[in-house]
Amino acid sequence: MEPKIKMCTRKLDFFYDTFQALCDISLDFHEYKSTALIGPSGCGKSTYLKCLNRMNELIPKTKITGDVKLNDDIIYSSDVDVVSLRRKVGMVFQKPNPFPKTIFDNVAYGPIINGEKNKSKLTEIVEKSLKQAAIWDEVKDRLNNNALELSGGQQQRLCIARALAVNPEVLLMDEPASALDPIATQKIEELINELKKKLTIIIVTHNMQQAARVSDRTAFFYMGKLIEVNDTDTLFTNPALKQTEDYITGRFG
Amino acid sequence: MLQKISWRRKNLQKAVFFSFSSSAFLNGILLIIIVFFLLSNGIEAISWEFLSQPPTDSMTKGGIFPCIVGTFLLCAVTIITALPIGVASAIYLNEYAIKGKLIRIIRMGINNLAGVPSIVFGLFGLAFFCIVLKMGVSIIAGGLTLAIMTLPVIIASSEEALKSVPDTYRQASLAMGATKWQTIYKIVLPAAFPGIITGAILGLSRAAGETAPIMYTGAVFFSPVLPESPFDAVMALPYHIYVLATAGTNIEETLPLQYGTAIVLIALVFGMNLIAIILRSRIRKKMKI
Repeated sequence: MEPKIKMCTRKLDFFYDTFQALCDISLDFHEYKSTALIGPSGCGKSTYLKCLNRMNELIPKTKITGDVKLNDDIIYSSDVDVVSLRRKVGMVFQKPNPFPKTIFDNVAYGPIINGEKNKSKLTEIVEKSLKQAAIWDEVKDRLNNNALELSGGQQQRLCIARALAVNPEVLLMDEPASALDPIATQKIEELINELKKKLTIIIVTHNMQQAARVSDRTAFFYMGKLIEVNDTDTLFTNPALKQTEDYITGRFG
Repeated sequence: MLQKISWRRKNLQKAVFFSFSSSAFLNGILLIIIVFFLLSNGIEAISWEFLSQPPTDSMTKGGIFPCIVGTFLLCAVTIITALPIGVASAIYLNEYAIKGKLIRIIRMGINNLAGVPSIVFGLFGLAFFCIVLKMGVSIIAGGLTLAIMTLPVIIASSEEALKSVPDTYRQASLAMGATKWQTIYKIVLPAAFPGIITGAILGLSRAAGETAPIMYTGAVFFSPVLPESPFDAVMALPYHIYVLATAGTNIEETLPLQYGTAIVLIALVFGMNLIAIILRSRIRKKMKI
C-alpha cells in the first residue's frame, strides 16, 4: 500500500536577497514516518525545514517560489493563517529554548494561546505532553520550578513536550540533539522513534548515524539541491549516486 | 629559559592599573563627600516636624511636608504617562518597525530629545501645557513636562531590555502558533520587565530632582495648603531648595533647612534606585535570566 503523503514541496526555490539557497526541491513526507534531511553545513537543509512552517518569513529580504502542501492545503496561499499552520506543524530547535517560566507554564503555553482556560484540562494536557516527551517522571514533582533549572537534555525534551501540547500533525526538528551529550541524545532518539507512531517527523541532522537510527527515509541535500531521497536503509547501503556515497562514507562534508 | 618581565613594563602596568582604579574609586569618593557634606550641614534640621509640617514664618521655620507630597505627585503623573508611552515606543521600534529611513529619523529624534536642556523642557511645558492646553501651573502640567523629559531614558532602557531578550524565545513562541502580539505580551515583555522597570525608576529618580522643567509649569514658591486636584500647583523639593537658596527671605538663616531638604531629596532618589535594584534582582532570580 502506498503511504499517505502528509506534506510535500514542489519545485521549491528560496532566496536570501539575491542568493539562491534552495533550488527546485520536490520532496514528499510520508505520514507516521520520520524523514531525515542530511547534508554538509550550508547545504540548505535547515532553510528548507523553516519553509515548512513558514518560519523563513521572519527573515527579511527572502523570497520563496513553488508549492508547499500540508495534506491538500497549499501553506503559502494568501488566505492561510500562518498561526493555524504553525499549530499543525510544530518545531523543535537546535538549542533548547524553554521560556523563563515554570515547567508547567512552558508546556501550557501553546494550549493557553489557543484559548484553553480550564485549569484541569490544562493540567491534563501538560501531564500527557510531558509523558509523551518521556520527561514526566523527572519533573512531575517540580512542575512549578523554573524550566531553566533543568539540564540541557531535559530542557530539549521539555521543548518537545511544549511542541506536542498543541497536538501537531507534523513535528519539525532542527538538529535537536546537536547541543546535547550522548546520553541525552540517546533519549531524544528513542523519543523520536516513539513519537513517529503518532505524527510525522522531519528531522535535520548533521550526524549520519543518527539519521540511520531515527529515520525511515533520508534526503540528501547539497548546495541547495536535493541530490537523492530514498528509504534510509537503501540510501545508506546502496546509494544511487556517487555524490551521496562520498558524503555518507565521509569523503567530504 | 623564560624571559623576566622587564622593569619598564611592570611599572607601566602598575601605573596604568592605578590610574584606572583610582578613576573608578573617585566616583565613589565623590558621592561619599557629597552625602557627608549634606549630612554634616543639614542633619540637625531633620526631625519629624520637618518632615510632617508645612513651612512657617515666611519659610524660615517649619517643615517641608507640602514639598514631599508635591514631588511625589509630580512623579506619579510622570510615571503614569511616560511609562506606557515609552514602553509602547520601544516595542514598536524594537519589535515591529522595519529598519529604514523613517525609523532612523525617529531614533534620531529620541536621542536629540534626550539632549535638550531641561530649562527648554520647562519653557515648552509652560507654552504648551500651561498656556495652549490651558492647564495652568499645575501638577498635571509639571508632571507631563517631566514625562517628556524622561521619555528618552525610558525608551532607551526599554529598548535595551527588549533587545536583551534572546531571539530564540520569540522563535519558539511564534513556532508554537502564537501571534506576534501574544509573543510580545506573554514572552518578551515578562522577560524584559526587570530591565524596563529599572530604567523607568532610574529615569523617574532623575526627574524627581529636576528644578528647571517644573519651575514654570508645576511648582510654586509657597503654597500653604495641599493640592486638591491635578490642576493645583504644588511645592516641590528641588524647587524649594532653589527658592530657599536664591530668593528666600533670609538665606543665611535657612541654610540648615536647605541642606535638610537636599538630604530628603537625595534620600528619595537613593530610595528609588534601591527599589529598582531590589526589584530587578528579585525578578531576575525568579526568572533565572
